[in-house]
Amino acid sequence: MDNNTCFHCGLDATSSTITFDDKSFCCNGCKTVYEIFSVNDLTCYYDLQQAPGATPKDIEGKYNFLDNIKIVEQLLEFNNDDTQIVTLYIPHIHCSSCIWILENLNKLNPSVNSSIVNFGKKNVRVTYNSESLTLKNLVTLLSSIGYEPFISLDDYTVGKKHIDRSLIYKLGIAGFAFGNVMFLSFPEYFQVDGFWIEKYKHLFRWLMFFFSLPVVLYSAQDYFISAFKGLRSKILNIDVPIALGVLVLFIRSSTEIIFDAGSGFFDSLTGLIFFLLLGKFFQQKTYTFLSFERDYKSYFPIGITKITNEGTEEPIQVYDIEKGNRLLIRNEELIPVDCILIKGRARIDYSFVTGESKIVSKQSGDKLFAGGKQLDGSIEVDVLKSVEQSYLTQLWSNDVFKKDKELSFTNITNSISKRFTVTILVIALLATSFWLLTDSSKALNVFTSVLIIACPCAIALSAPFTFGNILRILGKKKFYLKNASVIEQLAKINTVIFDKTGTITANKETSINYEGTTLSLAEENLLKSTLRGSNHPLSRSLYNILDKHDIHTLDTYEEFLGKGIEAKYKDHNIKIGSAPFVGLANDTATLNTAVHVSTNNIYKGKFTFYNAYRQGISLLFNTLKKEYDLVILSGDNAGEKENLTKLLPTKTKLLFNQKPEDKLEYIKYHQNEGANILMVGDGLNDAGALAQSNVGIAISENVNVFSPACDAILDASKFNQLYNYIKISKSAINIIKWSFLLSFIYNIIGLYFAVTGQLAPVVAAILMPLSSISIVAFTTVTTNILGRKLE
Amino acid sequence: MSVIYILLAISIIVAVVFFIAFIMAVKKGQYDDSYTPSVRMLFEDELIKENSEKTILTKKD
Repeated sequence: MDNNTCFHCGLDATSSTITFDDKSFCCNGCKTVYEIFSVNDLTCYYDLQQAPGATPKDIEGKYNFLDNIKIVEQLLEFNNDDTQIVTLYIPHIHCSSCIWILENLNKLNPSVNSSIVNFGKKNVRVTYNSESLTLKNLVTLLSSIGYEPFISLDDYTVGKKHIDRSLIYKLGIAGFAFGNVMFLSFPEYFQVDGFWIEKYKHLFRWLMFFFSLPVVLYSAQDYFISAFKGLRSKILNIDVPIALGVLVLFIRSSTEIIFDAGSGFFDSLTGLIFFLLLGKFFQQKTYTFLSFERDYKSYFPIGITKITNEGTEEPIQVYDIEKGNRLLIRNEELIPVDCILIKGRARIDYSFVTGESKIVSKQSGDKLFAGGKQLDGSIEVDVLKSVEQSYLTQLWSNDVFKKDKELSFTNITNSISKRFTVTILVIALLATSFWLLTDSSKALNVFTSVLIIACPCAIALSAPFTFGNILRILGKKKFYLKNASVIEQLAKINTVIFDKTGTITANKETSINYEGTTLSLAEENLLKSTLRGSNHPLSRSLYNILDKHDIHTLDTYEEFLGKGIEAKYKDHNIKIGSAPFVGLANDTATLNTAVHVSTNNIYKGKFTFYNAYRQGISLLFNTLKKEYDLVILSGDNAGEKENLTKLLPTKTKLLFNQKPEDKLEYIKYHQNEGANILMVGDGLNDAGALAQSNVGIAISENVNVFSPACDAILDASKFNQLYNYIKISKSAINIIKWSFLLSFIYNIIGLYFAVTGQLAPVVAAILMPLSSISIVAFTTVTTNILGRKLE
Repeated sequence: MSVIYILLAISIIVAVVFFIAFIMAVKKGQYDDSYTPSVRMLFEDELIKENSEKTILTKKD
């Protein structure tokens, strides 16, 4: 570990001079955490992973709502006598060091009985003694070591989560039965005749029958239910032929053994269901640590501090906020309702809502909207609307959030199976009528054989395995899809719509351009010294880009709210701020954010602030334009229009000043015209558009922290790979089509045996698993080759 | 009564025992988190080292 990075968190520590134990730290917070660990003999934390920590945030007062018993009760999983159990979501969990330290919490505080980390879900389940440790203390303890839990309104309403494990039970039962039935049918496979096999075959057959009972009745029930639902709504989905096949297999096999006519197809039956469930299981890849269904509840705080009429502070539940209440919003706290600023300096970060990280300063009497985050000390506000009536929450009352996208979409398997089922039924009927005329004893046999062998096992398998694998590959490349059907939707896209701020522009970065007469060194010095005193967001960013100069102590310094700053040093005078303030009367009303400068009452020039665009954006748009219609839907003014037209292909449509509803309506309109729309956005103002579009992708700088409801989450660092990801989805569809072809070949071979009336159990036993396994192998290998092409 | 009945009975009983064990494991949530236990298992060494250090510390006090 070199001395330039913080020993605790790995951030740059060159400018800080904090050292402790011969180790450098970037800030006192990190040093304190190190001290806590070293005092408690927990420095192994740093052996497991280099610089695993996070800087602890100042949380004073932030968790006061945990004093409210009503809120605490809702969060606890178990609460009896002196033992309490709570599960806390901790976004920072990212490596084995985190697991180690969190599972050794009892070393830091003996009141903790046990703590168990679930890495996949990024949460920790803590059992503690509530007499010596309150939930608030526990949360403070976690925060003090850099593992601040994330408690949101979501935790309050969901209650106890139920884990659905039915698929794994079904899979287990099918696998168990499949294995045993295979063993029991070995004697029949080898067709050995003799006294021994004749004597015991009934026992073997009846055992097979009993093994397959739970498989048909329990494991396969989803297919029957789905087929029934499909038929009732007059849709021939893939589950119809599967259910038909399973039913025919079971009935024919049972009658065969009851009338001692043969051994039946129990091995194929159980095997078929086992493979089908395996495909489902494979496709069920979920990113449990990500949430695709987030709404305002996921990041709103549970509690807030109310200032009572007597002037005392009282933590209350967010839903209990009433119009006219006075609230105290602390540093770094989110404003839960629309309100009016009464006291304090408000510097609000609306990036949750707009995706834009520019900080807005507000004065007393200004209106503040829900969703903003206060950044500079605490403020007092008067509530205008309750939580449900606030502007942000109203966004979620739109109908698009109640619609299930998957239902309105016919997937590739179902569209093929429609024709498939009809064809199979026709073949079965034709073959049966042929045999009825030639040899009526074989007719029933042929009818059932066709239905058995044609059971579209391989077709039903190819899509889940292909999509499951693609899902996994894309996940590794930091593109997280909600489910497999998103891949299919992605392949059908013909229009791509981007939000501007936060999506194609990089957060926390602006480029600043100077126009005007060049400033002399003395003037630049003065400018830098003057900006130093100002806390205005624009001043801060301008200050940061100017070269380092000697800092003068100014003779006079005055800040005019909403206008600018005026300062004097020796005989020099400087004015920084809006155009009229510095003496430029006729400003050509530009839409860009600009800061004007004049010295000694002579106008010098202006600094214009531009958004910084993500790297590779031009290249991405130029590759996308060949196949897709491109649109930029921005909530901002047209200030960046010129800059954008230079950067992006000429065909790109640019629309500015779009309200969240406008974005949604725009997408709806084009969908009615037949467009398949991919929306790429990031802020809550895009939430409606993301939900309305065919595929909504949320761009996120930190996938764990926040993203609005969407179909997929893309890590911002992989933004320029977007085109490749869409291409992969298209190739996946081709793989499925190829594997369909492969399975049709198997079906034709099988049908030959079935139609000619020579389907022996052994043929079915070989052909059915063979076709399934080869399809699985085919899709796995080809998708892996595809994945290797990605960077 | 043939030996095959005994053999079959035993093999099926063994299979069923394993099957029940599987169901119990799922029910207890063994398949809910497939990553953390694999990491947790490697921590034993650090814990021992840490315990021994702690005893030294208490002796010092």
